[in-house]
Amino acid sequence: MDMNEIREIFFQECEEQLAELETGLLALNDGDTDPETVNAVFRAVHSIKGGAGAFALDDLVAFAHVFETTLDKVRSGQLEPTHDVLKVMLKSADVLADLTNAARHGDQIDQDRSASLVADLEALARGEGVSSGEKPAEAEPEFTPVPVMLDEPQSADFAPVPFSFDDFDDEDTAAASGFVVTFRPRAELYGKGNDAYLLLRDVAKLGAAKIACDSSDLPDLAQMDPEGAYLSWTIEVTGLADEAPIQRVFEFAEWDCDLTIVPSGDVSAVQPAEEIVLMAPIETPAPVKAPTPVITPAKPAASVEDSGMVPVPFDLSAFDNLTVADTIAPQPVAAPVAATTAASAPVAPVISIAEAAAKRGVDPDAADRRQGGDRRAAETVAPTIRVDLDRVDRLINLVGELVINQAMLAQSVNESAAGTSAINMGLEELQQLTREIQDSVMAIRAQPVKPVFQRMSRIVREIADMTGKSVRLVTEGENTEVDKTVIDKLAEPLTHMIRNAVDHGLETPEKRLAAGKPEEGTLRLAAKHRSGRIVIEIADDGAGINRERVRKKAIENGLISADANLSDEEIDNLIFHAGFSTADKISDISGRGVGMDVVKRSIQQLGGRISIVSKPGEGSVFTMSLPLTLAVLDGMVVSVANQTLVVPLTAIVETLQPEASKIHRFGAEQRLISIRDTFCPLVDVGRVLSFRREQADPVHGVAVLVETEGGGQRALMVDAIQGQRQVVIKSLEANYDHVPGIAAATILGDGRVALILDVDAVVAGSRGDQARPELSLAAVG
Amino acid sequence: MKKTVLTVDDSRTIRNMLLMTLSGAGYETIQAEDGVEGLEVLARSNPDVIVTDINMPRLDGFGFIEGVRRDERTRAIPILVLTTESDQEKKNRARQAGATGWIVKPFDPAKLIDAIERVTA
Amino acid sequence: MNELARTQADGVRELIAFRIGDQEFCVDIMSVREIRGWTPATALPHSPGFVLGVINLRGAVLPIIDLSSRLGMKAADPTARHVIIVAQVHKKVVGLLVDAVSDILSVTSQNIQPTPEVSSELDKSFARGVLAIEGRMICLIELEALFKSSESEAA
Repeated sequence: MDMNEIREIFFQECEEQLAELETGLLALNDGDTDPETVNAVFRAVHSIKGGAGAFALDDLVAFAHVFETTLDKVRSGQLEPTHDVLKVMLKSADVLADLTNAARHGDQIDQDRSASLVADLEALARGEGVSSGEKPAEAEPEFTPVPVMLDEPQSADFAPVPFSFDDFDDEDTAAASGFVVTFRPRAELYGKGNDAYLLLRDVAKLGAAKIACDSSDLPDLAQMDPEGAYLSWTIEVTGLADEAPIQRVFEFAEWDCDLTIVPSGDVSAVQPAEEIVLMAPIETPAPVKAPTPVITPAKPAASVEDSGMVPVPFDLSAFDNLTVADTIAPQPVAAPVAATTAASAPVAPVISIAEAAAKRGVDPDAADRRQGGDRRAAETVAPTIRVDLDRVDRLINLVGELVINQAMLAQSVNESAAGTSAINMGLEELQQLTREIQDSVMAIRAQPVKPVFQRMSRIVREIADMTGKSVRLVTEGENTEVDKTVIDKLAEPLTHMIRNAVDHGLETPEKRLAAGKPEEGTLRLAAKHRSGRIVIEIADDGAGINRERVRKKAIENGLISADANLSDEEIDNLIFHAGFSTADKISDISGRGVGMDVVKRSIQQLGGRISIVSKPGEGSVFTMSLPLTLAVLDGMVVSVANQTLVVPLTAIVETLQPEASKIHRFGAEQRLISIRDTFCPLVDVGRVLSFRREQADPVHGVAVLVETEGGGQRALMVDAIQGQRQVVIKSLEANYDHVPGIAAATILGDGRVALILDVDAVVAGSRGDQARPELSLAAVG
Repeated sequence: MKKTVLTVDDSRTIRNMLLMTLSGAGYETIQAEDGVEGLEVLARSNPDVIVTDINMPRLDGFGFIEGVRRDERTRAIPILVLTTESDQEKKNRARQAGATGWIVKPFDPAKLIDAIERVTA
Repeated sequence: MNELARTQADGVRELIAFRIGDQEFCVDIMSVREIRGWTPATALPHSPGFVLGVINLRGAVLPIIDLSSRLGMKAADPTARHVIIVAQVHKKVVGLLVDAVSDILSVTSQNIQPTPEVSSELDKSFARGVLAIEGRMICLIELEALFKSSESEAA
């Protein structure tokens, strides 16, 4: 553990706190009145401030402090969390997130935005909702972050020093020689875990000290309260120019004792000097008795504890080596934190195996519905551990190897014909176990989509601000889990789609009012599991797709012919074509020149698909479905031109043996196959992938009917089907490059590499559509 | 023998900073994430000193300190409170609850060790 | 021009020498991970002619480059006698198909002579010098140059 690692932990924790903050603020916005929600929000900002202080992240500390101050007003009921107040707070949460990121990566942030929010927050803190007579915010003490100076431990200066050292420069008076301290603990001192012996020990460290104990107040044994405080001490410290170190020793105790500190040369030392009593005691101080004569007896130190009544000499030399600086190992704290930003070693990301075990088998949406108090109860249920992501990844890779090895073993047994029924049964059990291990291991890396969804609420706020639209984001199924490999790649397409929905989908408030809709548009973001995939829907209640305009545009761009007869669904799906944009002017909101075609492409890269259903006047629903993991895939193993390929099972509708009578030539090259009275284009996979030049005779092969992204079907011609199996996905890009028409690679039971077909790219390739394979290359980069 | 410190803080960052500093100075460290867990940990351990945060979920630092002081077995253990503010009000509340002393965050290692040494034998 | 040789001017370098046809080449031993026998590769569609395909190297997918073809010589017809030099180039691991590994050489920069002026542009873009060892001529190849160009062609 070193400071870089802790710094990384801090930023990880910030992410969690920021998510917590946003969730809490949104809950308050929805009318949550649970005080614990406000507390959680406050704690999130407070924690970020505390950690940021430790790393001297001054901008972050300063902003968090203002934010915290305003939140404190809400917490104490002085400020009503109205929608307007929460609007400022949500924006502040965004700025806090920006500042955190800036601190993490050393970036610059928009100073004007943060300054204007500071002004807003301060106005809120002192403004309406604050009870009368409240001090204005600026009157509060300035919060000054103290950077951690790890290379230079400071042992002194613990207590605030009430006077300047300059006062002692002219070394007048007896001040230089020492002080007489009288110290009379009250019972409370012991009750709070303080110990007179320790205080005397520390005073003795300051210089030559003579300590005398006054036990005259000790009652008879019969009347003695075992927890009472009956002793007092007089300590004469010499060789000390300044009483501050003495005050520092009694810093924790000063409330619970009577304490006087007088320069020892002062004749008035015999009298308690009122003006230098450090803090007015709570009770009337007991009159201090005349000091016991200072004596120097010769008893061992331990006797203080034994009798507590005898003046005790302190062996000062024993403390000489016990300085603070010595007790701190300098090694792990060598570098000043602020300077380590650039050099900070990358620290492995960590995932939290959170709640997963407890949640398994529970309706994920039910978890969404829990509120406030329930949430706290739930938090206490599932114990979690944090594990390095690297370790989980390694485990997943190893299990992948295990799956391959198990398949290889099964194949060799089959080929050798050595399989007795016992061996075969054993193999079957092995296969089952392997599969279960794999499922369990994959479940470890499964994560709820919640963090990604939470990021979307910010995107919505920003675009709503930019477009002057009023938008409410509703999320459902946030706890739906999906493999981390998928989660990581979800944010980008989702961001584009959300932007698109607000920018193009929702109308302006005026238009909505004119159409008889509520001024505020609603965007629904929902996730759920469906047949082994995760389905994410983005629905808006906007105007729906303007099919006339889409059609016109598509004709202008040459995507369709002017007399093309397209269904509504086909027209809607035109927006996914490359270069298509319905916005009349180029807007930098929907995505910096990125169209829906790129969104579709990146979803396809993940083995997903996307479609749209739109109703004029009512809105549009984008639906994307993605595999639950990018680590394994169910596939059909086929042979094409002596090559073994894997076709993802999700793309396959059916397989059929073509009869000669069902094959029809269409033009020079194209052939169609008739399936139940419809004609479906044949795609010769071997030719598309350049494995052979001549068209294979479809009658000798098998047609694999697949569904393409546009919704149409194609028949992929392959030579033979070998079987179905789950395969472990291996990247081709890791050591080579993207290959057009190929999604990834895998290793089959014979130990050889087989390629996994990218069905849509192959279909696109068969149309001579050059743009798409190239696009996919660019996307892979 | 090594002295044992119980640290109670809901922030992973602070818990780790405490751990690093304390183990660097030769202390044994046990950890809890909030007041409730703090009392649970205390029930099965016997630390020489406790360092606790104030703002925590479930049971805050004040409540935790009162819990420690209420228990015959743990009431004499010195408790140092971590406070972000140097403001007197927080300290006073902590003292009323029974805190022994305090450490102002952000703390530097020297301050932390110094404070612990001041309240332990 | 002689960049590799210059950066390591002072130290002794170890090189792995190998044969392709009747010519000898060598590469820096630091980039070589292992040497293994030829196993049939899975062909990659739309790949340049010198990419023989991919093989399974303990669970990783490893592209195999026909070095002879890559260097502009005749394409190899791989047999069980061929060997694959597994090398790390940039951050990727590739297998280089050669006829046989012949030697491990310890040389200093003085042993490396500049590449002679030859007409073949291809040879010049990979060659980083020649060595005269016991009457043989061994051409030092820079793998980075080899792979960078294969990458851009494939893309």
